Amino acid sequence: MGRVEGKVAFITGAARGQGRSHAIRLAQEGADVIAIDVCEAIPENPYDPATEEDLAETVRQVEALDRRIIATKADVRDFAQVRAAVDEGVAQLGRLDIVSANAGISGRPNKSQDIPDDEWSNMLDINLSGVWRSVKAAIPHMREAGNGGSIVITSSDAGLFAYENISHYVSAKHGVIGLMRTLALELAPDMIRVNAICPTTVDTDMVQNEAIYRLFRPDLEAPTKQDFADAASQMNALPIPWVEAVDISNALLFLASDEARYITGVALPVDAGAAVK
Amino acid sequence: MGVLEGKVAFITGAARGQGRSHAIRLAQEGADIIAVDIAAQIESVAYPMSTPEDLAETVREVEALDRRIHAVQADVRDRAALQSALDAGVAELGRLDIVLANAGIAPMSMHPGEQEWYDVIDVNLTGVYHTIEVAKPALIAGGQGGSIVITSSTAGLAGIGGDAPGGLGYTAAKHGVVGLMRSYANQLAQHSIRVNTIHPTGVNTPMVVNDVMQEFLESDPQLSNAMANALPVPMIEPVDISNAIVFLTSDAGRYITGVTLPVDAGFLNKR
Repeated sequence: MGRVEGKVAFITGAARGQGRSHAIRLAQEGADVIAIDVCEAIPENPYDPATEEDLAETVRQVEALDRRIIATKADVRDFAQVRAAVDEGVAQLGRLDIVSANAGISGRPNKSQDIPDDEWSNMLDINLSGVWRSVKAAIPHMREAGNGGSIVITSSDAGLFAYENISHYVSAKHGVIGLMRTLALELAPDMIRVNAICPTTVDTDMVQNEAIYRLFRPDLEAPTKQDFADAASQMNALPIPWVEAVDISNALLFLASDEARYITGVALPVDAGAAVK
Repeated sequence: MGVLEGKVAFITGAARGQGRSHAIRLAQEGADIIAVDIAAQIESVAYPMSTPEDLAETVREVEALDRRIHAVQADVRDRAALQSALDAGVAELGRLDIVLANAGIAPMSMHPGEQEWYDVIDVNLTGVYHTIEVAKPALIAGGQGGSIVITSSTAGLAGIGGDAPGGLGYTAAKHGVVGLMRSYANQLAQHSIRVNTIHPTGVNTPMVVNDVMQEFLESDPQLSNAMANALPVPMIEPVDISNAIVFLTSDAGRYITGVTLPVDAGFLNKR
């Protein structure tokens, strides 16, 4: 018997990285999945975008676990797309219990005064408003069913304190903490819990790219993965450079399961001690 | 295969309530247990404290799960007694992976006295310090990392508990262990030993559900408000704290350290 047997989870940004890991981990524990991903390039975002092939691979891996998955190419910047995907997923899978608002971008690092207006707006549109739209599309289904539920928003240690040169990212990730806290109060009477996870650096495509290497190693002309690892290790208290996507998935699984039935309104760092250091 | 198969956990305050629940829940997941409890009364505490029979019942329930348990009657205020209990437990069970600093008192009543302050600081703060200090060498020597979880309270993150010596001391001690946790988290990270606190709202245990505490809480609307959760539940169960501890101590929490985790039905966020 899986820890989320018979439940249905809506996951944004599910084509690869943490989102795919969440889909697989929840499916391993018995959940069916409603998956969306934009599957296309975001202007000025400095790494290769997820593709429709990536999303198809997530579908393949969930189905290999004998769970059902309804995957749609949809953009969290467009509420109509998100709502249509959720409505269709619930129609086919019969219910909705878990939301993982995971979709996000890193953006292009810059000093605050040098961030172009459109890059600032796009960041907020995806990493903050996109979370709000995802939850907004899900709440009616969860409330109507009357089964309670668990919403988990992926924030960041950048949602808890400052990092220079990514103020658009820091602002959006702080913003979702405020959204989480407010939703936790609004939805408590329905036994719908709302929490955030605050990861340190996670070993995904969003992080393993030249722009992030340069953000961490402004001292080097052409920083390598090892140079990045050296700098990333300095941030964490535990002697590791980054955590794996499955570590975030395991925290998500705990928060989504009945083991956490009375945990709500919490920002949970999964950060190798970066915040305490 | 349990998620804590082959591990050994040192649990203080294990005779009943949350401590017993932790012993059982961790044993269900494959851990062996070193259990200590004062199993005696402290004079300034108005409700009945645990007994040797309670501790024997914890032993019975863990053994019924086919796990081993080394149980000793010991007071967390007595560092030497705690050290010998831990050492004997490690000698018998072979290793140490997990430390649960759970023992605590809540000396709040309608008849407050100055001694409450000293006793609650001794048990709830100094007792936690003792617990970690006696266990630290064995954890480090094991070389396999480890996980320490301190049981704080919503009163470890908010100024609740009233204005009598016991309530003030309770709140101060529960805040104090957060400072201990953060310091130990930084110091022990190099050994891959993780340290976190859990912050429960009211839990259905003999420490909370007793005539003295109920009378105390009902005496002041501010205090009973202080027990009102966001989720529509008056109280949570010991197993809810145990489940959070299983998560934090298992490999699922392998990179979580330095964290204050509320298990509080939304209480702190509601303030």
